[in-house]
Amino acid sequence: MHVETLGGVAVPPPVAPVAVRRPQEDPAWVRVSLITIALASIAVLVVIPIVNVFVEALAAGPGVYLQSLFGDPDTRQSILLTLTVVPIALCANLLFGVTAAWSISRFQFPGRTLLVALIDLPFSVSPVVAGLMFVLIFGLQGYFGAFLRRDGYAVLPYLFAFWGAALLVIGFALFRPTNPRARRGPWRATWLAVLSASAVLFGLLLFAQQALQVWPDHKSLKIIFATPGLVLATSFVTFPFVARELIPVMDAVGPDEELAAISLGASGWQMFWHVTVPNVKWGLVYGIILCNARAMGEFGAVYVVSGHIAGQTDTMPLRIEKLFQEYNLPGSFAVASVLTLVAIFTLVVKATLEHKVPRVTARIGESTASKGKP
Amino acid sequence: MSSVNRRVLPGFSLSLGYTIFYLSVLVLFPIAACFVKAASLSFDEFLSAVWTERARAAYVLTFGTSFLAAIANLALGSIVAWVLVRYSFPGKRIVDALVDLPLALPTAVGGLVYASLYVEKGWLGRYLVPLGVKAAYSRLGIVLVLVFVSLPFVVRTVQPILEDFDREAEEASSSLGATRWQTFHNVILPTLFPALITGFALAFARSIGEYGSVVFISGNMPYKTEIAPILIVARLEEFAYGEATAIAVVLLVISFSMLILVNLLENWSRRYAR
Repeated sequence: MHVETLGGVAVPPPVAPVAVRRPQEDPAWVRVSLITIALASIAVLVVIPIVNVFVEALAAGPGVYLQSLFGDPDTRQSILLTLTVVPIALCANLLFGVTAAWSISRFQFPGRTLLVALIDLPFSVSPVVAGLMFVLIFGLQGYFGAFLRRDGYAVLPYLFAFWGAALLVIGFALFRPTNPRARRGPWRATWLAVLSASAVLFGLLLFAQQALQVWPDHKSLKIIFATPGLVLATSFVTFPFVARELIPVMDAVGPDEELAAISLGASGWQMFWHVTVPNVKWGLVYGIILCNARAMGEFGAVYVVSGHIAGQTDTMPLRIEKLFQEYNLPGSFAVASVLTLVAIFTLVVKATLEHKVPRVTARIGESTASKGKP
Repeated sequence: MSSVNRRVLPGFSLSLGYTIFYLSVLVLFPIAACFVKAASLSFDEFLSAVWTERARAAYVLTFGTSFLAAIANLALGSIVAWVLVRYSFPGKRIVDALVDLPLALPTAVGGLVYASLYVEKGWLGRYLVPLGVKAAYSRLGIVLVLVFVSLPFVVRTVQPILEDFDREAEEASSSLGATRWQTFHNVILPTLFPALITGFALAFARSIGEYGSVVFISGNMPYKTEIAPILIVARLEEFAYGEATAIAVVLLVISFSMLILVNLLENWSRRYAR
């Protein structure tokens, strides 16, 4: 054996690299069996059910599928109802999500951590209990039930006036130039002017009610077992989604660009539209699609407030249940397949957005307050 | 920073005011209404509503099945998270995306398809029923759908911790002569422990309130397969609003204490981890 010498010191021949497992890696059998367990459980729990939905829906051919989706007037009506309820709930929660994220991730104030925790509250309320709450308030035997039944329409002008005034205030605050010296014409008006404009609006609506009888007295307003109840229940259940997705994204972006925009003279709206929205758009989209998926699929809360009047207050998930109870499985699966497509679409968007927004975990009680500090 | 923000950035009072207003009207006021309604019952009425034999059976079933489902998810979820973070295999990104499906899929669809899979003629039932495993219309079915519904929670709490885990600690442990199992048990597991507890609690909390999927697969037999939310709906359909509210308050108190417990555990484990 030839031994190289280096200055008289024997150098051992280099050891041939052997395929040795690095000790901080799992042995192959562990790896294979864990992957097998994971894949098998995902297959049984998730993949087989999805495939089953489509196979069952299309089992009798595409003709029957389309017939059971669009031929049945009650099913058609349930699709329309879902398409009415979900956008309203979505818009309400979107507005809330944006204002909540703005106030929480841009400002420090006492009770901020508590507010973040309260936003998560609907997650820990069982949907059935959520529905029950609205029945207790607006149902026939509920706190406002008797009044709403007697002359519920009398409430409407007040409600409209309130929202009109709120929109006026929001518009005034958003579009008024930030720099006091740049305020000309109506923008020089103080808050008093906005408040009096709201009062005029209120007066007009009240006049419309009293003199023109636009909303007649003694007409009952149905909330429970009607569309408004469905909207309320859906909004409650999907309440946290947009805010929860938006707050971490806004925290991560930070206020510097907005501060710059404002100090360069942008109005609130210009800052919001040209700086804030482009910065957080993926978080916003993400929150909206999650909120949408949950709103379309909500069952428990809606079940309690809907009253199951066929062709009137059945949303798509409720229609699935009713068809299932009537042993109309093809019809039931047809509706289910549409909702499954929505869910898959949601996942695809989510997967593509994953690298664009900070990782959002499925944790409920997670406090975002601690992350906001730079 | 914040004082500068409040002086320069617009809309602090407006956005905070609207946030608190909307939160109060849509969430806090209804929850308060629920408690006020329950408080209007006399103590005996309350007790006779929440402590009947049927209600007790429903609580035991709700908590039993939720606990079993959360335990199953603890094992399954940590395996899935481990596999997704540590190994590479074809289709990994798809599996990663599929974990979130139970959050996006309507619970009614989940319940419907599980019920049809596990009946005698269903895709899985035709093999399982001859073996004596009846998942449809039984307690086993309830556990199954709850495992499905709460699948993402453990995975999504453990996964980020595992991704951030310092591999050098593992290398140090193995170079000091620890076996792979010792490294896992003494180095990795303690780091994951807080996330595992959180994931477990979240899965448990989610399962307690679940209604949409269970109603399809359980058969809803009083005393046997009737969970607490189904009992609430049954009371409502009898127009027994007081009794329904009493049971609802019991559920609310339990889920709120779970929420507080989760937060305390997280704080405790964060301190413990340091």
